[in-house]
Amino acid sequence: MVRLVAFLVGLFFSGMLLLGLGDTVITAIKEPAVPTVEAAFHEETLPVSFAHDGPLGKYDRGQLQRGLKVYSEVCAACHSLKLVSFRDFAALGYNEDQVKALAKAWKTEVPSINPETGEPATRPAIPADKIPAPFANEVAARAANNNALPPDLSLITKAREGGPAYVYSLLLGYRDQAGYKNEEGKELLKEFPEAATPAGLHFNPWFANLNIAMAAPLAADDQVTYDDGTKATKAQMAKDVSAFLTWAAEPKMENRKSAGWAALGFLLVFTVLAWMSYKTIWADKKH
Amino acid sequence: MSFPWAQEYKPQGTVSKWVDERLPLPRLVYNAVGAGYPVPRNLNYFWNFGVLAGVALVIQIVTGIVLAMHYYASVDGAFNSVEHIMRDVNSGWFVRYAHMNGASFFFIVVYIHIFRGLFYGSYKAPREMIWLLGVTIFLLMMATAFMGYVLPWGQMSFWGAQVITGFFSAIPLVGEPLRQLLLGGFAPDQAALNRFFSLHYLLPFVIAGVIILHIWALHIPGSSNPTGVSIKGEQDTVPFHPYYTAKDGFGLGIFLIFFVAVTFFAPNMLGHPDNYIPANPLSTPAHIVPEWYFLPFYAILKAFTVDFGIPFTGIIIIPAKLMGVLAMFGSILLLFFLPWLDTSPVRSGHYRPLFRKFFWYGLIPSLVVLTYCGGKPPYTQWVVLSQLAAAYYFAHFLIILPIVSRIERPLPLPNSITESVTGKPLPAAA
Amino acid sequence: MSTVKKTKGTVKKPAVKKSAAAPAAPVAAQANASDNGHDGEEGSGVRRRDFIHVAAVSFAGVGAAAVAMPLVSQMSASADVLALASIEVDVAAIQPGQSIKTSWRKQPVFIRNLTPAEIEEANKVDVGSLRDPQTLAERTKPGKENWLITLGVCTHLGCVPLGAASGEVKGEYGGYFCPCHGSHYDTAARIRKGPAPLNLAVPEFAFISDTVVKIG
Repeated sequence: MVRLVAFLVGLFFSGMLLLGLGDTVITAIKEPAVPTVEAAFHEETLPVSFAHDGPLGKYDRGQLQRGLKVYSEVCAACHSLKLVSFRDFAALGYNEDQVKALAKAWKTEVPSINPETGEPATRPAIPADKIPAPFANEVAARAANNNALPPDLSLITKAREGGPAYVYSLLLGYRDQAGYKNEEGKELLKEFPEAATPAGLHFNPWFANLNIAMAAPLAADDQVTYDDGTKATKAQMAKDVSAFLTWAAEPKMENRKSAGWAALGFLLVFTVLAWMSYKTIWADKKH
Repeated sequence: MSFPWAQEYKPQGTVSKWVDERLPLPRLVYNAVGAGYPVPRNLNYFWNFGVLAGVALVIQIVTGIVLAMHYYASVDGAFNSVEHIMRDVNSGWFVRYAHMNGASFFFIVVYIHIFRGLFYGSYKAPREMIWLLGVTIFLLMMATAFMGYVLPWGQMSFWGAQVITGFFSAIPLVGEPLRQLLLGGFAPDQAALNRFFSLHYLLPFVIAGVIILHIWALHIPGSSNPTGVSIKGEQDTVPFHPYYTAKDGFGLGIFLIFFVAVTFFAPNMLGHPDNYIPANPLSTPAHIVPEWYFLPFYAILKAFTVDFGIPFTGIIIIPAKLMGVLAMFGSILLLFFLPWLDTSPVRSGHYRPLFRKFFWYGLIPSLVVLTYCGGKPPYTQWVVLSQLAAAYYFAHFLIILPIVSRIERPLPLPNSITESVTGKPLPAAA
Repeated sequence: MSTVKKTKGTVKKPAVKKSAAAPAAPVAAQANASDNGHDGEEGSGVRRRDFIHVAAVSFAGVGAAAVAMPLVSQMSASADVLALASIEVDVAAIQPGQSIKTSWRKQPVFIRNLTPAEIEEANKVDVGSLRDPQTLAERTKPGKENWLITLGVCTHLGCVPLGAASGEVKGEYGGYFCPCHGSHYDTAARIRKGPAPLNLAVPEFAFISDTVVKIG
């Protein structure tokens, strides 16, 4: 009885699936999928490598400090970094006083209340504060940005496929759409005339739908003046800020990797010992 | 326990004796996983995975309890509390990554454990109860994992909750009210998050309880073995301790090496980037997928594309959506009937030439394809492949297996476990 | 940190314990004895085998202990809690005779501007007769003897004493009074009567300007 019912149920499900298969194939032939502009013109991330790549990689402190400068002078005008505190900057190689100074000099102040009147006010940041957001709330952020919401950057390298390479590619990915061709030599506006970038958006083939609300943030070389004398080319700034944002998203990466090596080393020894113990115990037992 | 030659627990010393007379817990352990449990001597490494699954559960419970000390189940605070654990709590990043990847490794280990049972016929008499309890554990694990994935309240958490509870809305008449009951609202929100946290904390202990039953049931007939031949005498077995404890210790080392490698060097490899974006009820990610261990079932769900009805009349009896949901649950529930679908008296796939072919060239590829297609967007080629694979999956268990077990001519079995190991027939006395 | 390596340790504990912990000695013995026993082990052979089991089990134990460390240390104060461990308070507005309550490390702190009379009263006391002998000078900063800064936590069982806010009972000695079990503190916040064993604690503090004090 069980087998009879099972047979019928199996026949039904498998049959419906095969019917569905036929249906899928017929539909695909009758109404072939329309190629989309995203499928044809969205680009893979640019090749870029970082000091922190790989199982042995460590952050380059100088690069993180440069990246912080790019963030604070360029990105921070619109993008918050609300999961990071000023005190965390100690990990970038700043001492306590420098962290204090960074917090105090931050362009956006921390919302607070006037201790006398209770009215909303602001005060300079202290190391314990999270980095203050440039906009008070989502509505304010959208109002100031043509109704687009600049995402928080605290986790951006973990929240996007490709991570830091994606950020890097996006920052350098602004192109002139007129006459733009992909590697296969196809011209976008000829293939998809209706895909012209709408007013207010910016063409960037590294962005998921090719048109991004953010205008190119790194417009020219030397937009930021680095304290360590590094030449601030666009690619350098993009790379530095990508590294900084990787740190912001994963501040414990170095602890993680060093702990991982210790754990692996320990386990290797343990496993060898366990194997020897196992072999010894089974030595005279055929199995 | 059930073998007359099993070694007996002999308490050493006054204290042990005193305890043994009052609460024979050491005796219980001795008989369950100690020298008092005779186990076939020919188990291969696939038999390590039961113990490893237990270890994985312990990892999850221990790290989970720690995480619950810092997590708060609030739609405004959950995401940030996870990041607080990652950034500010001492070693919090380690505990969280271990828990996150521990879930994946739990499933890896359990899947291997299940496939071992499928291939070696461990579900057959007299071990049906072990199998039924095992499938129950698997269902509980899936529920626990799903609710755990909702807790960080990222985009995938939220939309996962939305979609999975949406399954219930496919049920005619009661579907929508049932969904509202589960969620405590019209969409996932505070009520849902809170109850998921509560249940996510509870279910692992339920799982632990069912595991105890699973092991209890195992100790009635004793462990199966790669030949599937029943134990004939003492020469076929070795005491669990030290033989298999030592082997499990070694297996544990290997398992932990893999676990540590992923947890410390690629902790986000098995996750999805979108879950690092806080939940936004107004915007669905472009491409939502469940965690990898649910992909085969998700593929089955998506594979049903045509309604079942009376042709040319437009009358629909079972709409495609409902059928997908039924099939997805059915694909797991059918495992409950497996002991009665496969009627071959031979247990081990080694001695079943036809069964073995269908297992390696049918079932395994179809599951690989389903896993792969489950994570793909609904383009024609992936849909066709998963329809093919899903059709095979159901046919395999519900049609092929019952037929194969009738028509198949098994290979000759060894007379005993010892003979299969030593190549020598037993002495005449046996 | 080195702590982390223990990951596996956790894991190991249960499994290995069963296997290995039930010690090496019986293990080896059984391996030899229970198995068809077709060998007379050399003494040295037995010892070497024992050593392997002991080593494996000890390693597992070390691993488990190593993993236990972060699992316990996670309970100690997290980085954000420690970051708030010092506060700066502007005391310019506090008139002599007044005091304020503020919060440091989630505990109340009393900041009191003593009047000359109160200072005199505190200094009059014979220090030797006190339960917890301390002079006012020892409890304040030089040149700032009028600023008495103490935790508002009774040293008996942790209630918040009265006397900081205006209108509250100040106790028989004009300082603070804990209503829970009747401890009286004087104008230097020293215990004078009641069950509390110690004076109100003075946190670490420093004047970073004439009117701003940093606590912690």
